[in-house]
Amino acid sequence: MNELRETTDVGELIQYIVIKIDDEFYGINIKFIDNIVRMQQITRVPKVDDFLKGVINIRGEIVPVMSIRMKMGLEEDVITDKSRIIILKTEAGDLVGIIVDQVNQVLTLDSKNIEKVRYDDKKGKANATFVSGVGHYDGGLVSILDLDAVVSEKEVKEKTSNAS
Amino acid sequence: MDVSQYLSVFLDEAKEHLQSLNDNIMTLEQDPENEDCINEIFRSAHSMKGMAGTMGYTRMQNLTHDMEDVFSDVRAGKIKIKSEMIDILLQCLDAIQGYVDNITENQDEGTEEHQNIIKALGDIRNGTLGGSGDAAPAADSAPSDAPAQDVAEPGSDPASDYRAIRLDSSARSTLEEAKNQGKNVYGITVHIMESCILKAARGFLVFKGLEDVGEIVVSEPNTQDIEDEKFDFSFSLVLISDEPKEKIEEIVKSVSEVEGCDIGDFDINGAKGTDDKEEASSEPSPAAAPSASSPAPAAVNTPAPAPAAGGAKKPVGKPVVNRTVRVDIEKLDVLMNLVSELIIAKNSLISAANSSGVSNGNVNEQIEYLESVTTNLHESVMKVRMVPIESVLQKFPRMIRDLNKTLGKKMELTMTGEDTEMDRTVVDEIGDPLMHLIRNSADHGIEPAAVRAERGKPEVGQIFLHAFQDGNSVVIEVGDDGNGIDAEAVKNKAIEKGVVSAEQAALLTDKQCVELLFHPGFSTAKQVSEISGRGVGLDVVKSKVESLSGEVSVKTKLGEGSTWVIRLPLTLAIIQALMVIVGEEKYAIPLDSIQSIEDVSPADLKLVENREVINLRGSVTPIVRLNEVLDTASTKAPEDDMVVVIARKGDQQVGLVIDDLMGQQEIVIKPLGKYTNKCKLISGATILGDGEIALILDTNSIF
Repeated sequence: MNELRETTDVGELIQYIVIKIDDEFYGINIKFIDNIVRMQQITRVPKVDDFLKGVINIRGEIVPVMSIRMKMGLEEDVITDKSRIIILKTEAGDLVGIIVDQVNQVLTLDSKNIEKVRYDDKKGKANATFVSGVGHYDGGLVSILDLDAVVSEKEVKEKTSNAS
Repeated sequence: MDVSQYLSVFLDEAKEHLQSLNDNIMTLEQDPENEDCINEIFRSAHSMKGMAGTMGYTRMQNLTHDMEDVFSDVRAGKIKIKSEMIDILLQCLDAIQGYVDNITENQDEGTEEHQNIIKALGDIRNGTLGGSGDAAPAADSAPSDAPAQDVAEPGSDPASDYRAIRLDSSARSTLEEAKNQGKNVYGITVHIMESCILKAARGFLVFKGLEDVGEIVVSEPNTQDIEDEKFDFSFSLVLISDEPKEKIEEIVKSVSEVEGCDIGDFDINGAKGTDDKEEASSEPSPAAAPSASSPAPAAVNTPAPAPAAGGAKKPVGKPVVNRTVRVDIEKLDVLMNLVSELIIAKNSLISAANSSGVSNGNVNEQIEYLESVTTNLHESVMKVRMVPIESVLQKFPRMIRDLNKTLGKKMELTMTGEDTEMDRTVVDEIGDPLMHLIRNSADHGIEPAAVRAERGKPEVGQIFLHAFQDGNSVVIEVGDDGNGIDAEAVKNKAIEKGVVSAEQAALLTDKQCVELLFHPGFSTAKQVSEISGRGVGLDVVKSKVESLSGEVSVKTKLGEGSTWVIRLPLTLAIIQALMVIVGEEKYAIPLDSIQSIEDVSPADLKLVENREVINLRGSVTPIVRLNEVLDTASTKAPEDDMVVVIARKGDQQVGLVIDDLMGQQEIVIKPLGKYTNKCKLISGATILGDGEIALILDTNSIF
């Protein structure tokens, strides 16, 4: 009984990989991550959206790689030796790579420690579109990435409207 | 009994039977007397009934049973095939197809009873169909004046009456010899209880018991069929034995589940031969039941084969059985993927050997050997995946027949090259586009009879489909001798629909106008008919064909007809390609689309309508600088000679300027996947020996 109550108290424990993009930290649910690879040569594909950097070869499969910075409307990636490509597996089973500046740590968060972001909060902040919640942990706050938004083919609205 | 494991076999066979029924009924419509066809239909219906029964699909069983009954009467000559019957039979097939479709989807045949069809089938048997005066008289109401053969009597089925057994010459001489030696020749018909489950085993026991006391010369059906349970509940045989009749009877009856047996001396001279049909038809068979003594005059018109059509007679048109294995297509896909991986590994090995400098004569030799093995392996696997396009084309004659009726036009479909083979995945996908094109020809192409007469064309419109292999691709042409495409009408329609503006339209050539037909949402049908114009148009055909890496074009002449040409690659997975360098990047160009490679001096470039062209052996060829199209910088200086790859598409050609050639290579096509497929120029990607990715150029999109 005791154990049972404990689990209900704690809620669901989910592991997140914490990554750094620009100056902010984001958490990605570990169940969506297929692989994390070092930066490698990306084959450019002509005539596609800017944020699509090209394709890479992951174990014989061709995987598109996108720049999440450009999707968020931030400036172009600066590739350092800390840069990584995180290979995400979407629910449909497709692999997509995203370039991140740094991979920090693995974090276990209790689902009750994650606050859902309300729509109002999203307004005015470009990268907020990609955040589904904010997690509290000992050291501070981490934004939880909304992967559906990340891998969707649309760019941030603000940016598109600026461009057009 | 759990039969689900047999479901896929059942479905495969049901589809084959349905197709065979369709084909044979169509043939029968042209040639109502065709015995082979009738027998084939009967056998198919019979097998389907059995299969459906075993699987527990009772409704399907009922329907096929009634169909079988009709053909049983047809075989016996009680009914003649008429065109109303064909309609009902085809409806019946559609109904069966419906059951099969339901079963495919949810393993359940559905609840539709198709009472109307069953009734119509019953009407056929009773001869009341259509009420026309010359309907075949019902066999059981007026047997004496029926044109039916006496052999329709139950006694004439050799399986259920030994007196009807036919002898071939060797059996006859064996029997005569035995008779001369003073042995007894018995005819025996064994009836097995209808409740018996293991008919074949009972049959086998009877045979075994009889073989101990004598020699079985002939059996009806033959031993193989009995072992395969290909008989109803009785079979007959001719036995040579020294034992008395009673002893024989005892042996047969000692086998359990045998209901009874008829046994008697076999009249060798009275038995009909298998090879003298004329004799059999012109004189009343002595072996037949007494009521047959007065042959109706019509019997002469229904010649010999009718009596020969005993239930278990050896099938006439039975296809030669190939030794085949059914393999799940997914397993072949896995195999194909493995071959792809092997080829990538081989390419890696080559590049590793080259870069590490170990390439001496021996290594090169071994690598070349490996290369030839992988190429052969690839070809073999590809061939395994190849199926004749026939499976898709088979349904079209039927479709045209139906269209004839619904559209009230007269037309005929001729097809050639049904045996052309293509990758299974392509064949599966190409059916709908082809069907659409044929419907299109029938609906829009072929003119109404009056117009045809006015134009001096034959009354019956011709629709044709030719399939053939052309190099590494397969070409399918669908066309008609109908109206052709009116470029003006297309243009006006396009403007009306807002596909192009009036100004744009004015600049279009006739050819370009016709190509507008492929634009999404375009349908020239003046009114939406059941046949075409249900929202999907030629754009769907085009996108489907393009998704298979093929292309579609149209040739037309107003008033004379049009031809749609679909060109598809033989295989989708592995191709020969020319590797080229543009800027800093590597690209692959499929070898099929390359005509030649030319060295062109910049001085030879001319400008025509602001486009760069070269004069290539008399033909003016436009030049496309690939680095511009691909948004990259050329590494060559403008005054350097250019390397130009001449690519062709149909009868057009274009020169693609590249920076450097790398050589020919066998490449494995990998899909680019989501996000990146927006780029029309790139049809896929491949992994090179060093793990690097090269994109595959779709030269067709450059034209």
